[in-house]
Amino acid sequence: MNLVLVGTSHRLAPVEAREKVALDLEAAAELAELLADGGEAVCLSTCNRTELYLAHSDPDDAERRAAAALAEGEVELYRLRDEAAALHLFRVAASLDSLVPGEGEILGQVRAAYEAGACGPVLDRLFRQAVHAGKKVRAETAIAESPASVSSAAAALAQQVFGELDGCRVLLVGAGEVSELAARSLAARGASVATVASRTEGRAAELAARFGGEAVPLDRLEDELAQADVVVSSTSAAGYVLSAKQIPDRKGRPLFVIDLAVPRDVEPAVAELDGCYLYNIDDLEAVVSESLSGRRREAARAEGIVTQEAERFRDWQASLEVVPAIASLRERAERIRSGELAKAESRLEGLSESERRTVESLTTQIVNKLLHVPIVRLKQAAATEGTGYVEVARHLFGIGEEERADSSRKPRQ
Amino acid sequence: MAELLFWPALLAYGEAAVAYAGDVRQPGSFGRAATWGVRVGWLVQTALLIAQAARADGFPWDTWAGSLNLFVWLVVGAYLIWGCRPRFRLLGLVVMPVASLLLAVSYAAGGVAASGKSGYSTLFLVLHVGGVLAGFAGLTLAAAIAALYLWQERQLKRHNPAVLRFRAPSLATLDSLVGRTIAVALPVLTLGMAAGFARLRHESDVDPLIGLTVLAWAVYGVFLLLRYGAGWRGRRAAYLALAGFAIVIALHLGLSPNHFA
Repeated sequence: MNLVLVGTSHRLAPVEAREKVALDLEAAAELAELLADGGEAVCLSTCNRTELYLAHSDPDDAERRAAAALAEGEVELYRLRDEAAALHLFRVAASLDSLVPGEGEILGQVRAAYEAGACGPVLDRLFRQAVHAGKKVRAETAIAESPASVSSAAAALAQQVFGELDGCRVLLVGAGEVSELAARSLAARGASVATVASRTEGRAAELAARFGGEAVPLDRLEDELAQADVVVSSTSAAGYVLSAKQIPDRKGRPLFVIDLAVPRDVEPAVAELDGCYLYNIDDLEAVVSESLSGRRREAARAEGIVTQEAERFRDWQASLEVVPAIASLRERAERIRSGELAKAESRLEGLSESERRTVESLTTQIVNKLLHVPIVRLKQAAATEGTGYVEVARHLFGIGEEERADSSRKPRQ
Repeated sequence: MAELLFWPALLAYGEAAVAYAGDVRQPGSFGRAATWGVRVGWLVQTALLIAQAARADGFPWDTWAGSLNLFVWLVVGAYLIWGCRPRFRLLGLVVMPVASLLLAVSYAAGGVAASGKSGYSTLFLVLHVGGVLAGFAGLTLAAAIAALYLWQERQLKRHNPAVLRFRAPSLATLDSLVGRTIAVALPVLTLGMAAGFARLRHESDVDPLIGLTVLAWAVYGVFLLLRYGAGWRGRRAAYLALAGFAIVIALHLGLSPNHFA
């Protein structure tokens, strides 16, 4: 069984090309069933890639069929086999092939594709190991820990001040889309959006209702500031909406202020107040930029992990080649052992039942001990030096010769 | 035997200090190596203290150097309980180099081999020296946490773009930990001090060191009153905890070699 990968991704094809071969989960399951054709197939389709993984005894034919299924000629495709294909999938699952390294969605998409696929032993092992590699990379590196967008950076910084955001009250100043994005990010981490203060009452009420908060007019801002832990400001006002004078003494209780507006809404003097942390859009973008470069640094460590996993898969795949030879070897040895015992049957008649069991056990142990070292070495050699050793073992032990002799005798009968 | 255990303990603490520095640059395996260094070092130092206790006639840490040895053990023990978690690795970067240095100083001054003869009973020395040093260990840790708070606060105020990379605990966590650590350490210190006062032989035994200890106790008492009574939090509370610790350092440096004689 060889592993074949045919696919296209954001690295090779623009969105106009990728959308031609995009598949929803149902279509991916149907195509996998169709492509399996006596082998195995999984279709992985996300917004950044469509990839077909096939395990088949005729890899050339499998590759041809997969390429045809992906509108060959219209879309540029890459083709990989065996260890290279496995390494690619592990990199995909570990989000190393994503637009933003460390993004969290891809692992779920790989798992969904695996569950919808037509899997046998090879792809089952490959995809389970890919999910494992993805989890391992997330657990052992910090690739997914830092924020990749302005709104998630704002929420992560708020957590750096307050720890858990459960119970933190968020005050939104302005009811635009930018405020909403930041509010969603904060709410996703447990904060409660308590108040929306805006000049446009209708939009404020709508946004407040969405988060289960209250809409208030801008002139009540000072009252609300006394209660709030996090303030997100994003209005289209020409001047400052929030000044240092408006913020009451908080006795060391921190206040995290996120100013997403251009021109700025919050007077810079707010940052000088004890316990107040003011971040504007430039500050947040600098955090995101640093965070993305941190992800790239972590990606270098993650590459080491996926390479190890790909090597483990290669070893496993190589051991598959050796399994039939080992089974034949054991079978042949057992046939010789039981045949020789049968020949000696007349001489063993005088033995008691317990003595017979001893002879059975003794001969079995001798055979097992003789075969133990060759079998272990065969497995090791298959993993490190390919299948050449398997052929040598077949020749040395005469594995398969009896079957060939039997089949050549049959036509004469 | 005790001397033989000193080197592995120092080596493990040193390894932890270096690994904590590595963890700041590359989080992950360095952090785990550091945590194991702290654990192994502390266990070896525990064995060292047991060996000292078994060999000594009385209380073996009644000298300045001996008390430093016990103090390091208590500080690292307190750190293991409070802070030896991934989010607190920056704290280890402060605690473990200091612990390694102090242990080396203790060794150089004879704190590992010493088993001094004191005029006081072992029970008294256990209560007094043990209580005061355990209290000081807690206050040292509180100071390290307060310093980490101030550092982290500064990074946030200055908008350091890499602030999230350090993976330090949140300000709220650090602020709360400073208060809780002092709330635990101060009663222990009080117990040690009370034992000392109970055994003062003459009024003339009162020395400036005792006055300084009372001053430290008062500063931390005020800290707790302001923290839990008047709602003092954040930067002011952290500075007060550090002010108290400055007195603790002065106490360590000023401890006379024959204070317990």
